[in-house]
Formats: sequence, C-alpha cells, structure tokens
Amino acid sequence: MDRVLVQTNVLKANQEVAAENRRLFAGEGTVVINLMSAPGAGKTSLLEATIPALKGQYNLAVIEGDLQTDLDSQRIRALGVPSHQITTGTVCHLDARMVARALAEFPIQKLDLLIIENVGNLICPASYDLGESLRVVICSLAEGPEKPKKYPVMFHKADFVLLNKTDLSPASGHDLKDLMTNVWEVNPRAVVFAVSCKTGVGLEDWIACLREVIASAAWQSHRGYESSNLCSQA
Amino acid sequence: MHEISIAQSIIEIAEAKARQENSRCIQVIKIRLGEFTTVVREALEFAFEVARLETLAENARLEIESVAMTVRCVICGSVSNPVRAVCLICPQCGLPLEVVSGEEFQVEYIEIEAERV
Repeated sequence: MDRVLVQTNVLKANQEVAAENRRLFAGEGTVVINLMSAPGAGKTSLLEATIPALKGQYNLAVIEGDLQTDLDSQRIRALGVPSHQITTGTVCHLDARMVARALAEFPIQKLDLLIIENVGNLICPASYDLGESLRVVICSLAEGPEKPKKYPVMFHKADFVLLNKTDLSPASGHDLKDLMTNVWEVNPRAVVFAVSCKTGVGLEDWIACLREVIASAAWQSHRGYESSNLCSQA
Repeated sequence: MHEISIAQSIIEIAEAKARQENSRCIQVIKIRLGEFTTVVREALEFAFEVARLETLAENARLEIESVAMTVRCVICGSVSNPVRAVCLICPQCGLPLEVVSGEEFQVEYIEIEAERV
C-alpha cells in the first residue's frame, strides 16, 4: 500500500470557477454582492427597497437562487431591472459553477452592480465563493439576538451585516443592542447597518455606502486594476 | 445538508490523484477538517458512505483529523481556543483576534493499492 500526498483544498474546484467569475466581473468593472441570510430575514425586501434608489443612476441586475419557484425573480422584474432565476432543486446553496452557467445566458456587459440573492440558509452558502466582491448578510431582529453566535462562520466572513426589521423590536421583545454585540463578537471588522425595509429607517446609509462602493469600483476599473475585489478575501 | 456534494468533491480529488499514480483502488482518504467550518463530521462520514459507491474509493476508509480553532491577539499575543459561543475580541486588549487555525479543509493524503501489471 502506498501513501501519496495530496494536500488539496476540498473546495478547490469551486474556488477555481469563482476566480474565473471574479476575473470576468473585474473586466466589466461590475460590483457583485453575494446576499445571504436565513429564509425570511428580508433579502428580497432589501432588494425592493434598494433597487428603486439606484436604478436611475446605475445599470443593475439580480440573480435569484431558490430551491423552487421564480416568485422572487418576478418581484425583481416588477421593479424594472433584469433578473435571472437559478432554481437549485434540492441544493441548499449557490456555487460558482451555477453562477458561471447563469452568466452564459445572462449578459453582464456594462453592469455596475450585480446582486446575487443566495438560497435562504445560514450554513452552506458560507463555504461557497461565487466570485463576489462583497459578502452581505442580513439578520432580522425578529429572529432573536443569537443567530451570529449560532452561525459564526457565516457572520465571520461577511463584509457588511444588515440588521433588518428593527421596527419589530418592541413587538418581538428583542433588543437591537444584544444582536449588534453578537455580530461584533464574531466579526469585529464587519460594517453593520441597522435597518427596517418596511419603514425605510436606516436604508439611506446602506444605499450611500453602495454608491461609494460602485464609484470606487468604477474608478479602479478605469485605472485598469486587476481586481474589483474591494475587501480582503479570507 | 451540503455534505453529499462535499463528499463527492473529496472523492473526485482522491480519484484524480489515484489515476495519476496508476491505481484503481483507494484504501484510505485522510482529510483535515477545521472546527471553524460549516461541515459536520458525522454528516460527512454518512455522506461518504453513499458517495463512495461505484468509484475508485468504493472500499476506502475516510479518516478525519479535526483541527481545533485557535485565535491569537495581534497586540498582546495571547492564544486561546474558543469552544462554544465564539468571541473574536481579545479579553485583555478589546481588539479583534485573528483566527490562526480551524478553517482548514483539505485532502491530506490517500493510501492506494499499486497497480500490478
């Protein structure tokens, strides 16, 4: 019996495709957001609140990942921006290959911002790089303050964390401060926004930040930088 | 439950290496799995039992080495192993801790039966 050294990352195949996606996005100067959360935290609601504020100024598109149905994709198209649905069947996350396949039939030329709404799940999507520039995680206050501690890998890898449904604080009995502390403890570097997609509170900061990110990517692309990756990737 | 697709990735990596070495029979696949990943050891072991069928790893044993999560303060240098309720703030300095280990997830080696001609 022979022992042969391998020393290969288990997710290498995904990482290679993600790197290819990232090169493609950088070439177009497109900022790509991988939007992740538990089911029902408000990913699609956040898009519905964000897109109208940006669509006059920038070229936007959305890729929707879901196990079944294209209901979310219909909600995005109703806002007047292109949306492509990836239906994963039973797979609990998007991977780089699914995104690469979607890009083949979904042109990204001249796009300023592409938002990829991942499958609602706080576990598996954390492991799969899609080639994004930013990882954005949403957690709603209605879910209670412990989610960052229960799913630390997902929150640890986030660049931005949005705490949604802050308007439900009195009704749910959960304190925003406890949730913020837990996010901070698993990811001291994350930029945190407390918002309510329903009332609009806090969204102006989030949208202003996105404008900065898009402007910065356009500037880097103009300068011919290799990568549009704005935040350091672990 | 992404352990099935992960088990398949492990087997694909092992098969590619075995073919390179002209072997058609993998006996052991050794992996290193960090505690600060999203993969559950028991679920992976179960998934491997299914994924190995009709592959070169059909009779292989999966050996999993767990790698503990270790964090270090870049200011005071103190090292610790968070067990439950991860907190990445240094209790002395109040500054972010860096993760030194626990994010590993790789196929370390395989043991194969050499092809006899």
